[in-house]
Amino acid sequence: MCGIAGLIHKNKKGADVGSQMSSMLQALKHRGPDSTGFAVYSDGQKDNHYVVRLKVAEQADLEKGFDIHQIVKDRTEAAKGRLEQSGAKIVAEENPTEYAGRYTINYDGDMKVLADYLEDLEGVEVLSIGRSLELIKDLGDAEVVSETYGLKSFKGTHAIGHTRMATESDVDIRSAHPYWAYPFSDISVVHNGQLTNYWTNRRDLERRGHRFSSNCDSELIAVYLADRIEKGDDLESAMKSSVEYLDGVFTYIVATKDMLGMAKDTMAAKPMVLFESDDLIAMASEEISIRQIFDHDVDTFDPYDGEVKVWKN
Amino acid sequence: MEKLSTQNKSHEMGLHSEKLSGRTQQRFFSAEESENFVYPFSFEVDYDKSGTIDAENLSSKEVNIEIRKLMEKGVGDITIKNPKSRHGLGVGILNRLKLTFEGSLGYFGCGLIDGPNIHIKGRVGWSCGENMMAGSVLIEKNAGSTFGAAIRGGDLICRGDVGARTGIDQKGGTIIVGGRTGAFSGFMMQRGRMIICGDAGINLGDSMYDGTIYVGGNIESLGVDAVEEPMSELDASWLKSKLDLYGIPTKNGVENMKKIVSGKQLWNYDNLEPSEKKLVL
Repeated sequence: MCGIAGLIHKNKKGADVGSQMSSMLQALKHRGPDSTGFAVYSDGQKDNHYVVRLKVAEQADLEKGFDIHQIVKDRTEAAKGRLEQSGAKIVAEENPTEYAGRYTINYDGDMKVLADYLEDLEGVEVLSIGRSLELIKDLGDAEVVSETYGLKSFKGTHAIGHTRMATESDVDIRSAHPYWAYPFSDISVVHNGQLTNYWTNRRDLERRGHRFSSNCDSELIAVYLADRIEKGDDLESAMKSSVEYLDGVFTYIVATKDMLGMAKDTMAAKPMVLFESDDLIAMASEEISIRQIFDHDVDTFDPYDGEVKVWKN
Repeated sequence: MEKLSTQNKSHEMGLHSEKLSGRTQQRFFSAEESENFVYPFSFEVDYDKSGTIDAENLSSKEVNIEIRKLMEKGVGDITIKNPKSRHGLGVGILNRLKLTFEGSLGYFGCGLIDGPNIHIKGRVGWSCGENMMAGSVLIEKNAGSTFGAAIRGGDLICRGDVGARTGIDQKGGTIIVGGRTGAFSGFMMQRGRMIICGDAGINLGDSMYDGTIYVGGNIESLGVDAVEEPMSELDASWLKSKLDLYGIPTKNGVENMKKIVSGKQLWNYDNLEPSEKKLVL
């Protein structure tokens, strides 16, 4: 089933997007209890500063073998080493869990080269690289993930999130949403639905050099949007063409450094409720999620079949 | 209109023209809406006795149990405060009752009801009024998709816009949409009436068996086997009385609405039981 949510504050910085998205996703827990993911957007780093979020193992890996904790530690050190070898200067470092790292780097090189070099290490997956974006995903509900990664104090402009009920791939962090539109910094996607032309299109995109990190059909959306943007499309055009390109049932939300968008399939088979005001746009699979950030009733509506909408902060 | 018998009125409006061999019990639509369904075991409620439930700290199940407890005490006018878009509120009420929600409902609100008159001051999520048998549900704001799925009787009214697949598998009753409706509305509709005052999305009435859809705005496209039929005076007169009842305005007048019915080109039924088919073959 899965639940998705998004919100964007217009003309406002430093909003409580971490706390708001945590509440919204917790209200969607019944739609997907397997894993929860957040893509939160800060007010932006200084010039040439990026935040790299990565994981060096799955939760389940930590139960494998006597040496696994040392292996995970070694991988973390190796990843740091590769950041520095790539010319990135680490200015801040946090490790919310044994297997997850957050690095603020000063870097002016090629993003794809950096991501590929890191992921060349066994078990390492780059979740996101962004000037504003920080992508966090793990097993458990929104409360658990938000608490573990200290998300409630996160301030910024917008966020998207996902509660996952695994249907077509494993229950692990790799298959959890959101997906980063590798290698473009600051683009992330969450999706509710099933894509029936995933494998055909994946093979086509892989032949053209795109990388998939999981077997989850939703990743196709992120990679496709990255492909279109690489070819010169703006976000809205890329999303409009995706409605034709993707086969199946879907509603997805995409975020960039300063924008938020949603798209719905031509059958309108998956839910989405929208709230729009001059200051805030909020959307979710169910209105009960939007109600978590208001202490009063709000007017909402459902977007229609094939609809694509984009907002700027 | 009054000179016609109920059966004739029903046929006049194209609501029942199927030829039945006698195994199916045919029930004719009453333009006067005079049927009244009362269960012998229903609670004796008094509309002058009122009660309030604050749903702030209650689960959906607890709210529904509280409604039942008040009905048992004879309360006939119940108000629910702070529904906060919870799912499954006001379901399974098989009783006369005035029920007001001061706020919005989530998914599957007011489903499986038979008799109550419900007023929702906010919006509703997906599948509101699913399988309702009788009574009325009036929603002041918008509604989600599969509005009135498989409804069998009563009036389900949304003053605002409604999502996709409105009245999917509708088997009776009346659905009224004050605004627009999404794709595949009236999909596999079997009986009943749907009034859409605004625009209708793609594939309206796709594969409908029977029933009637009236549209006041533009129709993006008709579905398979859905066809337009001329409006009659009886149609217009019934539409006017129905819409006036709930104070729903029409942009261009009821007489200019479009009437959509089944073309019945997909009807491939016979009336033989499998055992009888063997004999024929």
